[in-house]
Amino acid sequence: MSEIITTNEVRHLVQSGTDSWEIIIGLEIHAQIVSNSKLFSGSSTLFGSKPTSQVSLVDAAMPGMLPVINEECVRQAVKTGLGLQAKINNTSVFDRKNYFYPDLPQGYQISQFKYPIVGEGLVTVDFKDKESIVVNIERLHLEQDAGKSIHDLSQDYSYIDLNRSGVALMEIVTKPDLRSAEEAKAFITKLRTILRYLGTCDGNMEQGSLRADVNVSVRKPGDALGTRCEIKNVNSIRFVGQAIDYEAGRQIEILEEGGVISQETRLFDSAVGETRAMRSKEEAHDYRYFPDPDLLPLYLDDDFIKKIAIELPELPDQKKARFINDYGLTPYDASILVADRVSSEFFEGVAKGRDIKLVVNWITGELFAALNRLNLDIANSPITVESLGELIDLISDKTLSGRLAKDVFEIMLDTKEMPKKIVEENGLSQITDIDSIEAVVNKVILENPDKVSELLEKPKLIGWFVGQIMKETNGKANPATVNTILKDKLNLG
Amino acid sequence: MIDIKNLNLKQIRDGLQNKSFTALEITESYLGEIDKAKELNAFITVTSDKAIFMAKESDKRISRNESRDLEGIPISIKDLYCTKNIKTTAGSKILKNFIPTYESTITNNLWSDGCVMLGKLNNDEFAMGSSNETSYFGPSINPWKRKNEDTPLVPGGSSGGSAVAVSGSLSAATTATDTGGSIRQPASFTGTVGIKATYGRCSRWGVVAFASSLDQAGPITKTVVDSAIMLRSMAGFDSKDSTSIDLPVPNYETNINKNIKGKRIGIPKEYKIKGLDSDIENNWVDGINWLKSEGAEIIDISLPHTKYALPAYYIIAPAEASSNLARYDGVRYGERVHRKDLDQMYSDSRSDGFGEEVRRRILMGTYVLSAGYYDAYYLKAQKIRKLISNDFDNAFNIVDAILTPTTPTTAFNVGKKFDDPVTMYLNDMLTVPVNMAGLPAISIPSGFDKDGLPMGLQLIGKRFGEDNLFSLASVIEDCRGTFSNPTQWWIEK
Amino acid sequence: MPIDEKIVKKIATLSRITISENEITKLSAELNSIIKWVEQLNEIDTTEILPMTSSVNNTLYLRKDVVSDGNIVDDILLNAPMTEDGFFLVPKVIE
Repeated sequence: MSEIITTNEVRHLVQSGTDSWEIIIGLEIHAQIVSNSKLFSGSSTLFGSKPTSQVSLVDAAMPGMLPVINEECVRQAVKTGLGLQAKINNTSVFDRKNYFYPDLPQGYQISQFKYPIVGEGLVTVDFKDKESIVVNIERLHLEQDAGKSIHDLSQDYSYIDLNRSGVALMEIVTKPDLRSAEEAKAFITKLRTILRYLGTCDGNMEQGSLRADVNVSVRKPGDALGTRCEIKNVNSIRFVGQAIDYEAGRQIEILEEGGVISQETRLFDSAVGETRAMRSKEEAHDYRYFPDPDLLPLYLDDDFIKKIAIELPELPDQKKARFINDYGLTPYDASILVADRVSSEFFEGVAKGRDIKLVVNWITGELFAALNRLNLDIANSPITVESLGELIDLISDKTLSGRLAKDVFEIMLDTKEMPKKIVEENGLSQITDIDSIEAVVNKVILENPDKVSELLEKPKLIGWFVGQIMKETNGKANPATVNTILKDKLNLG
Repeated sequence: MIDIKNLNLKQIRDGLQNKSFTALEITESYLGEIDKAKELNAFITVTSDKAIFMAKESDKRISRNESRDLEGIPISIKDLYCTKNIKTTAGSKILKNFIPTYESTITNNLWSDGCVMLGKLNNDEFAMGSSNETSYFGPSINPWKRKNEDTPLVPGGSSGGSAVAVSGSLSAATTATDTGGSIRQPASFTGTVGIKATYGRCSRWGVVAFASSLDQAGPITKTVVDSAIMLRSMAGFDSKDSTSIDLPVPNYETNINKNIKGKRIGIPKEYKIKGLDSDIENNWVDGINWLKSEGAEIIDISLPHTKYALPAYYIIAPAEASSNLARYDGVRYGERVHRKDLDQMYSDSRSDGFGEEVRRRILMGTYVLSAGYYDAYYLKAQKIRKLISNDFDNAFNIVDAILTPTTPTTAFNVGKKFDDPVTMYLNDMLTVPVNMAGLPAISIPSGFDKDGLPMGLQLIGKRFGEDNLFSLASVIEDCRGTFSNPTQWWIEK
Repeated sequence: MPIDEKIVKKIATLSRITISENEITKLSAELNSIIKWVEQLNEIDTTEILPMTSSVNNTLYLRKDVVSDGNIVDDILLNAPMTEDGFFLVPKVIE
């Protein structure tokens, strides 16, 4: 019974009629390494250039061309391995994976098969309302990307652009530790966060910098692993979720009807939200891996690895712990803030010397909502650390009420002006001097004797008075001061 | 016209420096000889215009006293070396119209040292062959014939054209490549000197690959000193070749006629194979005596795994070749057979473009790497390779160099039928072990058999011990006495 | 392990080499004779031996990460059998 996985208790089940099923998911993530030049050639990795403009003789696999490895790509892979708390292998070997495809100029992909650069590691994935899970990483290896084939430009021909050919990828392989579409999506999101913190992959899925091959199988709880299908090249987190849900449903339906799953490679069609078997049969493949004789083994000494380890930035899990510890944030607020390195830095920039609670609420509330509405990244935010800081200072020193601050914030979004300047130009500052407020309070009390007498019956009517006073002052009166004076005048103590 | 037949490279170098003749005169003389020697089919492309242009440039430099090391010396290049803007075919139909836009590192070194290019030389298709008969451009013919016989003989291979061009006095020197004996065997068959450098000594960049872990370059020349002069220019570290070794290149010329007293020479008993021609065996004894007479110490040694080198080679070389030749797919360069279906286009282009022997080796290589056979064949062969290499390491603890015959027989008839591919492969029996271990080895003309055909002796050195080989080879050259040129039967009276 | 005609067809497909029906018999005979001959390697026990991939013992030389190549579109396309607008063209691929 050794094939039965007992290490993970059942976390998630899918009900289908009277049966319940467990979905088993493993991921192979292809992450494009951030580097100036390609893995084995000196051509540029820039996205979106003219066809063939970023192709060298090596990338086009001209006769007699040879690969020479890029130091930075090696360093980035090691850095990523360290970020995944993984074992870095002092010796790794490059192999050739042989197959014919028009966007694979050499007729083989240089990859690492038997001896990858990075061994086993792990990623912790957090959820809003349930326990965190640990996803084990099986390995990380370096490999070349292929070119791009465009099939819809003509009836008779496919068009091949080799600009991507030879760009460095890290293939990160998980153990089959994921149990739902939600977990898989959360894992990829977390992995992307780690890669972005490390600066080893930009994580841009629209440009194909991060793609996932998704292995899905289903089983009755406690049974041995079922036959899996691999869904190739899914290029958004949302699609990964859709593909898993569809594929698991498909497999359950087949099994419930007494059928068997055939191990195959499938494609996800995002237009219809379904997976379908690839027409070219994967069974026909036999990759004939063997060590690339054009390359020698890659030996990394401990100093090389240590040097990278020292330069490693603070990672999201460490930062989250620190935020909870040092700033007293809730785990949930901390995880939202560390999900993106720029957000976390933004937070720490604003938080310095200010009311933490106020800062967190403004960033995770107003700012994130506004960015979301405007479809902007925090890196391109019209609100800066300085401007939000100044706004929060104006709230703290009671120049602005919460309501006024929101108005100022809206103007800041539009004009990118600093809040002090906006307040001055628009005469928005809050009235805090007691004499002015007292005059208005007296006025309102005198004008509404019936309400005053009603107040004895219904203490909640105080809110109506506050509203009237705010109206009189165009919202500039400090609500707290208004409250104190009102209660004092009306003897409500 | 200069009588180039009796001139070697060193004499030409001296003649040019003494201004006994000009580079243009010597170049035109060679072009004249090439024109008369069409029957030898040594050249695939003759680059007369380029040769004359380069010769004139050299003459200008000589007149300005700005000579470089090989100024004005006319040489020819095996058609496996990519030459910028000059057709490079690798002896194959699939590359019959291929024009590289780049220059191989080695040829670039030679042009930088002042050599003049006469043309591109015939060879076995993709260097796969031992007789030059697998060339798409037809076999090159050995300038030597048996006494009183008119039967055309093969020059050996794969560098057949390179050997013929030197033996027939069509070039002062030529470049060649050696994967399993492709320099030494043709040198032996044509009475010329051929050295295969230590693996990693000469850059492989820009040389069409056959089996990357075994391929290594070297020159073919008339004399040992010429060989030393040529190799010095060709060799050197190249950062574009990951298997190239960063070691200074000595001035090998200083090793010629150096005292060899006390040098220990190993005689491996395993090289006395069944089928070794008796004349060759006797010549081997001559060689031993010559070295002994100059003060070398002769030591009997054992290289126990010798007989396994050839079968292991015929697994490793085809395996690497099957992958190296995948790039010839009719997509980016090379001949395409137009088909509507992609795989049909691939298969028909490759079947049409590759000759029989190349196809056979690709199939063989694919087989030994394919799933289920890898361990039994490829991995096994690599382990045997290790044992062969260990044999040499052990021997070189005791000796400074090893002396053996280069080939089991002298040149055979063009069109000779072998029972099966294996019988033909036996030609490489004595040369292949050196490639497996990555060692340097030189073949020196050492006498004539009873039919008047040249024989050659092979000296095998330690890694990067080429200098020592030149000393020993020059002793053999001196002791064997003057070596006549073949009768120029191809020149019509 | 004899190479039967089925294996010959399989490796021909993997290698993208068209072989005619009447070639198959001859090829499988030739490949078998080679395979039979190389199987003499089994005379040697290699259990304890590490495989040798290269005769060079160095580690990889690491290149600096600078853009030093590319922008040679004409060179790359010069020998291509079929191109359009900077793309290589191949018979249409159906995935």
